[in-house]
Parts: sequence; structure tokens; C-alpha cells
Amino acid sequence: MTYALEISQLHKIYDNGFEALKGISLKVEQGDFFALLGPNGAGKSTTLGVVSSLVNKTSGSVKVFGHDLDIDVSQAKCMMGVVPQEFNFNMFEKVQDVVVQQAGYYGIPRVEALRRTEQLLRQLSLWDKRDDASRNLSGGMKRRLMIARALVHQPKLLILDEPTAGVDIELRRSMWAFLTRINEQGTTIILTTHYLEEAENLCRNIAIIDQGDIIKHSPMRELLKTINTETIVLDLKQALTQAPTIEGYRLLLVNNTHIEVTLHRGQDINSLFVALTAEGIQVTSMRNKTNRLEELFVNLVTNNKTDLKGVNA
Amino acid sequence: MSAYEIYIAYATIVRKEIQRFMRIWVQTLLPPSIIMVLYFIIFGNLIGTRIGQMGGFDYMQFIVPGLIMMSVITNSYGNVVSSFYSTKYQGSLEEMLVSPMPNWVILAGYITGGVARGLAVGTIVTSLSLFFTQLEIYNLGIIVLVVLMTSILFSLGGFINAVFANSFDDISIVPTFILTPLTYLGGVFYSIDLLPNFWAGASLLNPILYMVNAFRYGILGVSDIAVGYALLVISVFIVALFSYCMHLLNTGKGIRK
Repeated sequence: MTYALEISQLHKIYDNGFEALKGISLKVEQGDFFALLGPNGAGKSTTLGVVSSLVNKTSGSVKVFGHDLDIDVSQAKCMMGVVPQEFNFNMFEKVQDVVVQQAGYYGIPRVEALRRTEQLLRQLSLWDKRDDASRNLSGGMKRRLMIARALVHQPKLLILDEPTAGVDIELRRSMWAFLTRINEQGTTIILTTHYLEEAENLCRNIAIIDQGDIIKHSPMRELLKTINTETIVLDLKQALTQAPTIEGYRLLLVNNTHIEVTLHRGQDINSLFVALTAEGIQVTSMRNKTNRLEELFVNLVTNNKTDLKGVNA
Repeated sequence: MSAYEIYIAYATIVRKEIQRFMRIWVQTLLPPSIIMVLYFIIFGNLIGTRIGQMGGFDYMQFIVPGLIMMSVITNSYGNVVSSFYSTKYQGSLEEMLVSPMPNWVILAGYITGGVARGLAVGTIVTSLSLFFTQLEIYNLGIIVLVVLMTSILFSLGGFINAVFANSFDDISIVPTFILTPLTYLGGVFYSIDLLPNFWAGASLLNPILYMVNAFRYGILGVSDIAVGYALLVISVFIVALFSYCMHLLNTGKGIRK
């Protein structure tokens, strides 16, 4: 089977001796929407940097749709579009020129480049800004410009390094819709993000990287199944002075109108509401205390740090 | 990439580079023109008339080829060093590095941009010089060849400077402390026959001397250096610097992490 991205035993040691990647291996299937998560400095951007040829690897191999970066780098690069974390276009160029030039670097004739640029800028609501200097765009527009630029050569693999960082929620949702649409049209997407809600909503498979190692690599659904507990916050109609005692549930009064309930996996919630009603407590709304994936992510990363301390002790 | 796709990629960089220096012509084309007019007036007209002849020609006629070469050298170098460093500084170099374009195309694109600006300024300065003196053309082929080779050589130099530069200060150090002194001491304003033996010999280590004299030969038909030897020296420097530039690009030094 040919994977969209296949990383084997990838090591990266920077000149200052820092080992950013400790021999990671990763496979991303064609058509996947894949999340690469990790805390700051975990090695996400280094991994994507090596894949996109911006960072020299120390050892290991990277294949993009079967094309090895060491053997067939030109074909591998043709398959990829990259949206980096930092704005990296010429701030003095016009919006349209940024995209047209990128098409030129891929050998796309100017007439075709102009046609594709118009199509992408319209899709990403930037066409009206096409003659503006790119430095005059808002943060969200700059992010969309980088997405347009990455897609102009119609890559089969789109790599996005924190594409929605600093973007307001409305725009973030419209970007999610856009990315979902192009994924449905067949483009494989690899995403890094600190918004775990984003990863949970969009991605089918996930890898968590921490301190240069992949500590989890599995389908999102299976990963979420491993969550043992979930904390729910209940908003109460009347104020309470202490948390009620209900058998089988651990309740914590956060303040006089909010209770936190910790549920174990498989535990039903109906009997909790029955018991609360019997106590005369009315619940007006409920919500998860944290995103499920966020809880899992924090646990995994914390456990990994504890394990490493144990090894180093 | 096919040959046609490589051509498109190359043409994209060249178009971008030419548009860049044309868009900011007040910074790129106007200042060297004004400076050279001042040289013509002060050194050529005011001081030159008192100096008399140099190498068998009026002093103005003697210095014009050197001043044209000086503008070609500084502008070829300056274009590539500032453009490539800005691209690196802003991060937009990554646009090229993630593309399938071969490294030699990136280099060729920037060098062509540097040559284009060198030729543009050289043409303007030559046109302006006609207001002050008459220029004969002794050998057009040599003129064109020397200008092209010189602008290629200094574009390569600018590229190397940009790769190693870590700040905007770094891109002005070489032009200020190396390029300008070498140009002034490269026979622009005098014939090395005027120098004591030791300094005339030392001048032969200055590569700019060969370019200025080869160009002067193309216009006036006189040179302190044999033209064939001068062209050989320039060619050797071009091959050496091109090879070094390719080594830098292929290893990613100063460009990739």
C-alpha cells in the first residue's frame, strides 16, 4: 500500500546538540485527515519541516506518495502543499502575485496560474483584495492567503501547521468547512493544532508527539474510547450551599450554582438526573468541563513526562 | 520537472526580480545615476581638466569606462544581496525551497536579476556619460562580454553574502569595507603604470582591475592587462563562485535548518 506520508526512523539533531526527533515513524493513509498533536517544542514543526524539505534530517527516511525525499525529491515536492505556522510570504507583493508566483515555481504557465489563483482567491474570499499589498491583510486573511498559495499547484497532500492560530471562531469554522470540502474531494490533510476541539472535529487519525517521540498513534475514535472519566458541569437553577450526596456519583460544588460530576466510562447519566430531581435540584444546562481529547492529551503528555523522569532518575 | 516547467520557474524568479528593482527605482536606479553624474562633474570636468591626459586619453574619457564598470559591479552585487537576504529574512525563501524547482534554477534566477539591474544601471550611466564626453566603441564584443561576466560574478558574490548574512548590517559590510576599496583601487581613476612597482604588482591581486581594464579596452582600445588574460581570470572566479553557491544551496547552509 502506498501511503500519503510514510516516515521511518526519523532523527533530527540540531547543530547545538538538541535532539528534536528521536527516530519517529509515522504512516498517513491517502485521503486521511490526520492530526499531529504535541505540546510546544515537542517536534511537530521539525517533523513537518523535514517533510517539506525546510529542515535537513539527521537520519531516517520520508516518502510522500511513495516518492522518497532522498531519491525523488522533485516528485515528492510536487505532491505537497505546505501552510507554515509563521507568515512567510513577501509582505510587499500583491495578494494575487504571491499565489501566481508560487504557481510559477511549480512550472505552471502564467495563464493557467492566473486562472487557478482567481478560483482559489474567490473560494477563500480574498478576490476583492487581490491588488492589495499582502502586508495590509488581516491575520485571518493572511492565513487564507497561505492556504491559497499552498493549493495552487493542486497537491495531493496538504500540510497545515497551526492554520487557525489567532483566527476568530467564525473564520475558524469557515476554514474547517473549506478544509473538510477539499479533504472530501480527495486531498490528504495533515494538521497540527493547539485547538484540540479542531482536531477532534476534523481528523480521523491522530498522532501525539512529545519530546521527540510519538507517544500515541491511532484512529481518533479508538483514542477517545480510552478515556476513562469525563467531567461534566451542571448549571443549577437554585443556589446550593453544599454538594448533594448521590450514591454512585462524585459531585463537587464549584460555586453555589455549578456542580461538577465525574462520570466513569459507560456510566449512565439518567439516574443522576432522577436523583437530582428527587432532591429538588433543577438543572438548567450541562456541558463538558474540558474537551474530551484535551483531557486525554494532557494525561498522555503528563504520563510521558513522569515516565521519562523515572527513566532518567 | 520538465525543461519547460523549469523555464517557467526560472522566468518567474527573473520577472519577480526585475519587477522588484523597477518598482523601487528611486532606491535602485536613481541614486547610482546621480552619484555617477557627480563623479563626471567633479573628477571628470573640474579636476580632470587639470590632470590632463591618462593613458593617451582625456582624463574624462579614461575614467568613464571605469565608472560604468563601478556602477555595474555595485548594482549587480547590491541587487542580489538585498533581494535574496530580504527573501530569507521575510521567510518567503521557503516558497522556493518547498517547490520542486532545482537549486540551480533559484541561483540562475537571482543572478539574472542582478545582471538585469547591473545592465540597466550601466546603460543609464553610459547614456549620461555622453553628456560629458564622446565614447568610441573599440570592440563591442569585448564590451558586452565583460559587462555580462562582471555582473554575473558580482551577482554570485552578492548571493554568497546574502546566504551568510544574519542581519541587514551584514549585507552592507562587504560592499562598504571590501567592494568599494577594491573598486577604487582597481584602476578606475588611474593607470597602474603610475604606481610604484610594489603597488602595481599588488594591484594585480585585485580582480576588479581585470574587469575595469578589459572594459576600458573594449571602449578605448587600451588596457593595463592583456584582455585574454583578464577574461580568463574573470571566468575562473565565476566558476569558483558558482560552484560555491551551488554547494551552499545543496547543503542548505544558512538557508535550511
